[in-house]
Amino acid sequence: MFKRILIANRGEIACRIIKTARNLGIETVAVYSESDSSARHVLLADQAYLLGPSPASKSYLNTDRILQIAQDSNADAIHPGYGFLSENPRFAEMLTDNDIVFIGPSSKAIELMGDKIESKLIATKAGVNTIPGFTEALSGPDKAIEVAKQIGYPVMVKAAAGGGGKGMRLAASEAELLEGVQLAINEAESSFGDGRVFIEKFIEQPRHIEIQILADKHGNFVYLGERECSIQRRHQKIIEESPSSFLDDDTRCMMGEQACALARAVDYTSAGTVEFVVNQKKEFFFLEMNTRLQVEHPVTEFVTGLDLVEQQILIANDQPLEFNQSDIRVNGWAIESRVYAEDPNRGFVPSIGRLIRHEPPASNDKVRLDTGVDEGSEISMFYDPMISKLITFGQNRDEAINNMLEALDNYLISGISHNIGLLSAIINHPRFRAGNLTTAFMDEEFPDGFSGLENIENNLPIILTLAGAISFIISNQSEILKNIFDEEKNLVVSIDHKFYPITVIRRDFENFEVRQIESNLTIKIETTWQPHQRLLNATVNNTNITVQVWRENSRFRLCWRGVSVPIVVRTARAAELMQRMPEKQPPDLSKYLLSPMPGLIVSIPVSEGEEVKAGQAIAIIDAMKMENILKSEIDSKIKKIYLKEGDNVAVDEVIIEFF
Amino acid sequence: MQDIIRQLEKSREAARKGGGDKRIAAQHKKGKLTARERIELLLDEGSFEEFDMFVEHRCIDFGVEEQKIPGDGVVTGHGEVNGRLVYVFSQDFTVFGGSLSEAHAEKICKIMDQAMKVGAPVIGLNDSGGARIHEGVASLGGYAEVFQRNVLASGVIPQISVIMGPCAGGAVYSPAITDFIFMVEDSAYMFVTGPDVVKTVTHETVTHEELGGTSTHTGKTGVADLALANDVDAMEEIRRFVSFLPPSNREQPPTQICKDPIDRDELSLDTLIPADPQKPYDMKELILKVADDADFFELKENFAKNIITGFCRLNGETIGVVANQPMVLAGCLDIHSSRKAARFVRFCDCFNIPVLTFVDVPGFLPGTGQEHNGIITHGSKLLYAYAEATIPKVTVITRKAYGGAYDVMSSKHLRGDINYAWPTAEIAVMGPKGAVEIIFRKALDDSEALEKHTEEYRRKFSNPFVAARRGYIDDIIHPHKTRKRLIRSFQILKNKKLQNPWKKHGNIPL
Repeated sequence: MFKRILIANRGEIACRIIKTARNLGIETVAVYSESDSSARHVLLADQAYLLGPSPASKSYLNTDRILQIAQDSNADAIHPGYGFLSENPRFAEMLTDNDIVFIGPSSKAIELMGDKIESKLIATKAGVNTIPGFTEALSGPDKAIEVAKQIGYPVMVKAAAGGGGKGMRLAASEAELLEGVQLAINEAESSFGDGRVFIEKFIEQPRHIEIQILADKHGNFVYLGERECSIQRRHQKIIEESPSSFLDDDTRCMMGEQACALARAVDYTSAGTVEFVVNQKKEFFFLEMNTRLQVEHPVTEFVTGLDLVEQQILIANDQPLEFNQSDIRVNGWAIESRVYAEDPNRGFVPSIGRLIRHEPPASNDKVRLDTGVDEGSEISMFYDPMISKLITFGQNRDEAINNMLEALDNYLISGISHNIGLLSAIINHPRFRAGNLTTAFMDEEFPDGFSGLENIENNLPIILTLAGAISFIISNQSEILKNIFDEEKNLVVSIDHKFYPITVIRRDFENFEVRQIESNLTIKIETTWQPHQRLLNATVNNTNITVQVWRENSRFRLCWRGVSVPIVVRTARAAELMQRMPEKQPPDLSKYLLSPMPGLIVSIPVSEGEEVKAGQAIAIIDAMKMENILKSEIDSKIKKIYLKEGDNVAVDEVIIEFF
Repeated sequence: MQDIIRQLEKSREAARKGGGDKRIAAQHKKGKLTARERIELLLDEGSFEEFDMFVEHRCIDFGVEEQKIPGDGVVTGHGEVNGRLVYVFSQDFTVFGGSLSEAHAEKICKIMDQAMKVGAPVIGLNDSGGARIHEGVASLGGYAEVFQRNVLASGVIPQISVIMGPCAGGAVYSPAITDFIFMVEDSAYMFVTGPDVVKTVTHETVTHEELGGTSTHTGKTGVADLALANDVDAMEEIRRFVSFLPPSNREQPPTQICKDPIDRDELSLDTLIPADPQKPYDMKELILKVADDADFFELKENFAKNIITGFCRLNGETIGVVANQPMVLAGCLDIHSSRKAARFVRFCDCFNIPVLTFVDVPGFLPGTGQEHNGIITHGSKLLYAYAEATIPKVTVITRKAYGGAYDVMSSKHLRGDINYAWPTAEIAVMGPKGAVEIIFRKALDDSEALEKHTEEYRRKFSNPFVAARRGYIDDIIHPHKTRKRLIRSFQILKNKKLQNPWKKHGNIPL
């Protein structure tokens, strides 16, 4: 067995790998960039070495430096994690040449599967179903239009070297295709250094279902069931589950066998994932093969009981698999939520900064948290803004869902924007509960993003009850305590410019009744909550709930189950007089183009004095390695351009001023 | 008897109407509440007891003798805020534009005199067009009577002014002397001479808002402590604010029951200070993580942002917080920040409120702008305030404490009672780079040697040990234990007795 392995990665996956290595009695070597010097993976590993400056190209992608560290630290093997160098055949080859084991497939297999055009050809040959399209690199937009005419719109333009949704554009018309091809080429070039793109038919109402396989160096291939990853935003997965609620045993078996056939065709070893797109008729088509550990591997681990990192290490160590296909059992249901530092109310733009609060739910045999951050960690603009992966298990899908909802309610984050509320809202969505998913789920159900205000109406009685009890408890703090029970207070809860009168009666220290004047409901609530607590556990009408209470001066925000609602509670008289107060006019920002996210200006394709049309691209920002096009919302003329190419830009910073 | 009672009720009703329905409607139309509505929201329900409802003006000129409105443009009395006694006056813009007559001034003086006697705060709700011009010098005399009482009450009872309308000319000086000025956005403005006079004299064109609106006074001048969105919010925030204050200098600040664990560890504070000494961090995170219930009432938030001032509670006790803010101008001291913090420290000292100081200060801001505007005088105010203060003073140096600014920021030498340092603290005359450039100024071109010396200086002085060895620092504490250590410190200091030598008053460099 290896004595020491180096982990050429950062964040949660580096921590995850260290954990398994430690269980196997293997020493670990971490590498880190300047901004990661006190990151969790650095502290967890037995040794740690500085790679260089923060940009990935100077640190986590610096193959020479990583090889040097591996040699200096006498590491026997390198685990690349996912992303960074995990699918870089030259890196795998370089290690092999230097007698260091690459924990992953051969460089040949990576190379063949890494090229989407090549892999599709191999798949067809191996008897795997593939999507109709043009499996050669496009010479330019003309060819794209020609192909699109043959196979029919909508079409998808994809980077040959792509992955993770980067370099991918959907086009439903010729105009969109023209723009999409160029963008895909640009993005492919900046992300992968390879500008080749190809085109294929877009499968409508598709579900994304993938097969996890394991292959050893002795010719054994098994598949470990599937994962459904249909819930995506910006073509990136955010919720995954295993098994899929859609597949029947026959389809599952066919997909598994085709996946193994493809792996066999390239002499695949280690863990790998064959991604399929499945239409509503349960026809499935090969999408791509990921020749690495996937972000969402924990759901497979939960239902199979296997440790995939352990399997990768054993395989890399030439050991044969200790089980065959008939030994694989899928038990129960697992769901993963990817917790991202991003703003679901502003097009999912990444949010960077310090994690002022990070209090995840307690882990146990049904709740697992994979993370590389602690409270106080910095979410940096240099890397993927994922904070953690929250995985829950249940005997069946409903149980896994309920465990996830409870875990999300208990997950406290502040300092940056995050998607906890959105994840809750998705998982609690009737359509998700029914398993009626497609990759368009987000566009269809959350077309305008997510603010947390969507579910106020449904939850109004509980919100008012909570607001009444909380406000009572807070105001009791500063009042000279009268200690009289059955005390009544007439209050008005204001939510988003609406006023709801209530009467709160305190029966004893922990029991309140909240009478809601409009609906004539009286709801009982029991809670031991105190103002310093951010989590409120309560029994409301005999149901237990956990709600996050975020206080700011005399206001507070309640968050749970995808509700995030700012609340002000006033006395009845104050509320009455409040209605006389003039509404504040927000400052007029229509004359400005503000940056929706922190990042780097890639280009500003307009100049001062130029006339622009609504919808015209006027600035391109690179954030978290995604190119984001900012379009003019109005027909206007450019008055002043504040920033130039290469400038860093902060969120809400003015880029362009219009006349 | 019955007749008298009927008459009483009738006159009360008339008095409550102020300037009448038409004027009340006009007041409402401006988005403002009436004087009585404001009091209603400020005080606990049913606790207001009014004085001098029947007072009328005594002017007999220019026909005003015909117009008499009971109360004469100001509602005065006392009541309770969360069960605690306060005195209040509320100017009524619907009556003669809230203008100040001799009688109007007398009413204000009466409650001030009583507030001083019983030891309770005075809250003034200002909404007045200025002097009652018909009365001439009598009105001016009225102002001066109020000013005199403001001065005598200063340091005896907390005085809070809320500007809820115009406040111009001499009238500004009463709020100016009080301890805190809160302003309501869009309706409040304060200036000594208004836009019209400015235009005639200096030919400058300026709006009311630009000259003396809320954003001007909370941002540019620092005259006001807090901007409030509207009248209702203003009254709510004042209720919250008053809960931090003692009723007078004869009593201790109120205590709340504290359920927030006093030994709460905040592990993330161990990583608050960035590895790179040039990188800023938000000092407010430290304040919020240390305070009870993460509750911090910040004052002058938008003025001299390089220093933070405000109130929090530790184990239920009111604490005044002064903290350098590394996010703004690296947290340096300058004219504005020195003035801001000095006045705050002096308020705390007047009213037995212990002061907690968080220090991360690279020094005083250099430049002609500062020197020519008198940083020498203004910077010394903060030094003076800390040095004369006898209340419990606990200081935590989180990172830089350089040069004279180290001395100023509640150092041991200024009778700091307990002075802690985080392990990241650097207490030195200046930063290593600057120090080495002076010590080795003859070898400035040898960059290699310079770097070596810098490193040596850093090793030697950029740590808390040098100061700790001299006893300038009482202990070096783990950042995550800060709350616990502070609560213990203030607990110990609760019965601190310290008296300055007898004097009529000191001579602070004004």
